[in-house]
Amino acid sequence: MSEETITLEVTRYRPGHDREPRAQTFSVPYRKDWVVLDALNHIKDRTDGTLSYRWSCRMGVCGSCGMMVNGVPKLTCAAFLRDYHPGPIRVEPLANFPVVRDLVISLDDFMEKLRRVKPWIIREVEKPVAEGEYLQTPAQLDLYKQFSMCINCMLCYAACPVYGLDPVFIGPAAIALGYRYNLDSRDEGYRIRQPILTEAVGVWDCTFVGECSVVCPKGVDPAAAIQRSKVAGAKEWFMSMLLPWGGR
Amino acid sequence: MTTVPRRDRPGFYYPKPPATWWLRRPNYVLFMLRELSSVFIAIFLVLLLVQIHQLSQGPAAYAAFVERLRSPGWIAFHVVALAFALYHSITWFNLTAVVQVVRLGERQVPPRLVAAANFLLWGVVSLVILFFFLLGG
Amino acid sequence: MSTRKTSEPFWWGLFSVGGVVAAFLVPVHLFLHGLAVPLGWIPVSPARIQALVGHPLIKLYLFVLIALPLYHWAHRFRFILEDVGLHALRAPIAVLSYGSAVVGTVLTLWVLLR
Repeated sequence: MSEETITLEVTRYRPGHDREPRAQTFSVPYRKDWVVLDALNHIKDRTDGTLSYRWSCRMGVCGSCGMMVNGVPKLTCAAFLRDYHPGPIRVEPLANFPVVRDLVISLDDFMEKLRRVKPWIIREVEKPVAEGEYLQTPAQLDLYKQFSMCINCMLCYAACPVYGLDPVFIGPAAIALGYRYNLDSRDEGYRIRQPILTEAVGVWDCTFVGECSVVCPKGVDPAAAIQRSKVAGAKEWFMSMLLPWGGR
Repeated sequence: MTTVPRRDRPGFYYPKPPATWWLRRPNYVLFMLRELSSVFIAIFLVLLLVQIHQLSQGPAAYAAFVERLRSPGWIAFHVVALAFALYHSITWFNLTAVVQVVRLGERQVPPRLVAAANFLLWGVVSLVILFFFLLGG
Repeated sequence: MSTRKTSEPFWWGLFSVGGVVAAFLVPVHLFLHGLAVPLGWIPVSPARIQALVGHPLIKLYLFVLIALPLYHWAHRFRFILEDVGLHALRAPIAVLSYGSAVVGTVLTLWVLLR
């Protein structure tokens, strides 16, 4: 008896050759312990070495193997073939991003947005190393901990229709990370970071579809971070109108 | 400083979502219905305003307006609008519970509890309005 | 680095407050004025309702009930239009949506204060 197989419909796009992406069908062995990434590796090793895609850790930490699996953004290292049995399984590059080749998308825009929110601890004055670390209580850690779990896999951007319609929107992960540092008791960068989050292309374009939080593989809730930043931004806006001399 | 993402790199394929993107996933459809609820709520409020205006035009004008609301078309509209209004309330309370961080001491009150408190308050407010109208109207 | 001053927080603030008002108050009023009264489930006398509506506190209540959710509508309607493919027209759509809510507010004041 021959081995059971499952069909993958994989998006192919050759820059300079193709006007737009097209699907190519591959048949791979169906194994219960295989994930979609295993199937792609099998194709690249045995069938077509030209297939391009990103991956690294195979354990949901590096955030580089995100793709659309049957139309839903997934880490392909965590998407088991058995959950899509009997197939076929549609594998496409992450939605809303420019496609570079096959399943590889361009990270440029996301990287620029990530840098823009300054996702690092900002101190007005750095204290000397000799004075020791910045201490933090468990309660202070709890405030931001879930938002620090982000692995920059960009599944939330692929799930965000607002970003898809207008990529000028700064987007879920960047806002969640900006918010994470705003909440950190060791950070003093709120005055620098908050205006970036609450400028015109910041939080206000979000319509709270909420799908970013649904697809996050790490349990981060970017939608909540965005709405809370809106609440803070609106309060500050009204305060600055009522108290224009307050210097806020 | 805002950087507009480049969409002109040679060789790159830039996807564009179709106008029907919101039909692609059940959650997107639910989102659209949630947003659409505001249209029904607004139409109802405009009708309410017209009703108040008719009241000032005398009892006959008011009675004629209420009579018009008895038509099957308007009853059907109000049934649908009520469904949308309830959907708005339910989604609103569930979503704001996630957004609002309510603290008791150092602990965050679970969003479900915040939502439950909102639903309870909603029920009480609705009953108060109902009885006030029954007694006053 | 300075960031562009935007009026978005103002409209979002009104949207939010309007959403709260709509969530708490609109369903029961919809049931009362859209179904219960027209279908005769609740007997009402126009004279008593008119006396009720004449009270200043009731006027204030009606203003909150009617005017604030209009901003809630305006905000969501603006983004519905953008979402279904009118993104290129976002500036005029915003002006028309919020402008309609402002006109609605003025009309509400006119009806209530006349």
